[in-house]
Amino acid sequence: MSDKASSKNKTTEKKTSEGIGGGSLGQALLVPVLAVITGLILGGIVMLATGSNPIQAYGALFAGAFGTPSTIIAGIQTYFATGDNAELVKSLYPFTESLVTATPYIFAGLSVALGFRAGLFNIGAEGQFFIGALCSAYVGYSIKDLPMIIHLPLAIGAGALGGAIWGMIPGYLKARFGAHEVVNTIMMNWIAFRLSDWLLSGPMQASNFRPVTPNVAASAELPRFFEDPLRFNLGFFLALLFAYIVYWFLFKTTLGFEVRSVGANPDASKYAGMNIIKNFVLVMSFAGALAGLAGTAQVLGVDHWVGQGFSAGYGFDAIALALLGKSHPFGVVLAALLFGFLRSGATNMQSLAGIPVDIISIIQGLVIVFIAAPAIIRWLYRIKSLKVEEIVLTRGWGK
Amino acid sequence: MTNTTIQTNTTALEQRKRISYGMTLLVVGILIYLFFGINAIPGAQTTFGLNLLGSQAIQVSDLVVPAQGTIYLMVGIVIFAGAYQLARGVKSTGLLIGIIAFTFVTAFLTWAAQDKSFNLTGMLSSSLVRATPIALAALCGVISERAAVINIGIEGIMLMTAQIAVVTATMFQNLYVGLIAAILLGGLVAAFHAFLVIRYKVDQTVSGVAINIIGAGFTSFFSSKYLQGATDTLNNSGTFPIISIPYLSKIPVLGPTLFENNIIVYLMLILVVLMHILLFYTPWGLRTRAVGEHPKAADTLGINVYLTRYVNVILGGMIAGLGGAYFTIGSVGRFDELMTAGKGFIGLAATIFGKWSPIGAFASSLIFGFADSLQVKLQILRVPIPSEFLLMAPYIVTMIILTGVVGRAIPPAADGQPYEK
Repeated sequence: MSDKASSKNKTTEKKTSEGIGGGSLGQALLVPVLAVITGLILGGIVMLATGSNPIQAYGALFAGAFGTPSTIIAGIQTYFATGDNAELVKSLYPFTESLVTATPYIFAGLSVALGFRAGLFNIGAEGQFFIGALCSAYVGYSIKDLPMIIHLPLAIGAGALGGAIWGMIPGYLKARFGAHEVVNTIMMNWIAFRLSDWLLSGPMQASNFRPVTPNVAASAELPRFFEDPLRFNLGFFLALLFAYIVYWFLFKTTLGFEVRSVGANPDASKYAGMNIIKNFVLVMSFAGALAGLAGTAQVLGVDHWVGQGFSAGYGFDAIALALLGKSHPFGVVLAALLFGFLRSGATNMQSLAGIPVDIISIIQGLVIVFIAAPAIIRWLYRIKSLKVEEIVLTRGWGK
Repeated sequence: MTNTTIQTNTTALEQRKRISYGMTLLVVGILIYLFFGINAIPGAQTTFGLNLLGSQAIQVSDLVVPAQGTIYLMVGIVIFAGAYQLARGVKSTGLLIGIIAFTFVTAFLTWAAQDKSFNLTGMLSSSLVRATPIALAALCGVISERAAVINIGIEGIMLMTAQIAVVTATMFQNLYVGLIAAILLGGLVAAFHAFLVIRYKVDQTVSGVAINIIGAGFTSFFSSKYLQGATDTLNNSGTFPIISIPYLSKIPVLGPTLFENNIIVYLMLILVVLMHILLFYTPWGLRTRAVGEHPKAADTLGINVYLTRYVNVILGGMIAGLGGAYFTIGSVGRFDELMTAGKGFIGLAATIFGKWSPIGAFASSLIFGFADSLQVKLQILRVPIPSEFLLMAPYIVTMIILTGVVGRAIPPAADGQPYEK
């Protein structure tokens, strides 16, 4: 990059449409990686300032997110020596738990990212998440004695459908009447919260005093790969599959091209004969379905029941994920994994080093700032030039 | 609303509008009859309490009305208005929405409180109080977005300022120190937002989201690290006292509602009026709007676009800081994690719903405040329909109104776009 000519050449390169897919991977990852490192350093400074030891804290975070290498090796040795896998399974707990945490993040992040691609700002992932979870739970516990091969897809489909309907309404209102999707998705969130309050304390309440649903039937649970303390389940791979589907949809289909055109320039797309209304409704339904699936993955794969406050913060974290992943499906997966590791490891950090888990939110926020303002990172690390690759994330109030 | 009236192809549009309004009014009339009219107990009476306990206002006798008769009267009013609208057409859409809201809410309350007593003044008073943080958030949105900077981080700003208000107020044993600290911090965080979006041209939504996340993270971190163990020394400030305006507070109903409040509510009311005047009747307001609508033209005329944006965003942050202070030193006197509970986002909705005008934003906030306070009252009344459904009403109404009754909300033309010379 020291070569002046080559750097000049790079800045004049046209922006690629595929985001991370185009250009060299190293360059695409340089800013995010440096941003994460800078965020962690600043987080460490906050810890120092509040009288904690950041090295000990990050050690605990790492161990909580990935597990301790020595116990994993010991587990493997025991397994080969005696055939007893209990120790190995136990040592894998932190790592798999991080993946479990990342699963709903992947779905929810994809939901917001898809909206961004079409120039729509879906703040409603939170409500769609909740509705998806409730629909899945309902199908999961109310139908009994079905074989898993029918019951599980039915429950998953119900979650996707519930989320899709919750997303479609603001999409339709936006397309048909020009009603603001930001306001309407916020309103739909609150309607979802009130609806769930009612459902959980009435029609869907299990027969006890707590406002929670009954447990879903075993045939509707996403199968787990290991025995009990490990909650790692099929949901994670389902999330990866959907990341690929979203990628394929956006970049390999005509419809996806239309969606991206509408997002990049609605007026031009309209004059090119694309149907804006259809695109808005389609994208919001798809986005809603993805957010609904996030709830589904959480309820069918991890909790097996839904209670109040189930959706706590996923919708807003999803916005951060989509931004961090530059609205690219694979970027979102990486961002979700990062969030999963951080969130999951933070629990260990809190119990071992006594640092509140909320430090992770501070680090996340800082990382977003740095990724959004690469100029700061360039200045901090004296990077002369980067292949600046701009995609329109949001466009004001989505005119 | 004096702003944003872009009209094209007026006659056909107005024709359609007139009919859809008229039909809406008729439908509301029928709904009121079906929901409340039929279900009203014949001969039952509804008592609306007009006196607030502990208020200075002159006592008046309670309003006692026959339940069924009142509901039928409301049906009559809304049907008549609908018929008139279909036949003649009314220019003011605000009036029509007002009629719908008034008749529906009156009929509903009359029905819900039949054979019981319902304190109307208490309800109105708590609506205004609950609308205060929402209105302040909305005003922050208005002032920033009029200069074309979207501030989605209001929620985060309010959380941080709520915390610093109570902590400084407790430490210095002085509520005004807390208030000033909150306003200053609000301005500071907003300045950070402005710096990112103006200097570095960071996507405005992204910056706002980051502020929300950092705000939630930092306040929760600080709270569990320090506040939980030291409630008395850091997190127990007391609240601003109620100030009664002499003479005015003696007016029945109006007095307890408007003139017996704490300083933050008064400041909010003053700000609404002040901002309306500033935005629409002063050179500063004209410059702000020019920067929001067409920054290039504004720049050509010698207006400093960047400076205007900085000033507006920072002022907006200070207003949001005032809103944050309301949560702690204005209402409960202590900080709880995530206590703003989405009010910043509701404020954002109120900004848009109010079409980027201070008075519109305030009116929208009142609707949400009213809904908020209704929630508490309905639980006391034990209404036979699940209260959750009634609580959805304001959100559904907002969506319906946005959908077409009011028409498209048209933001300032340059809203959300960075300006490059």
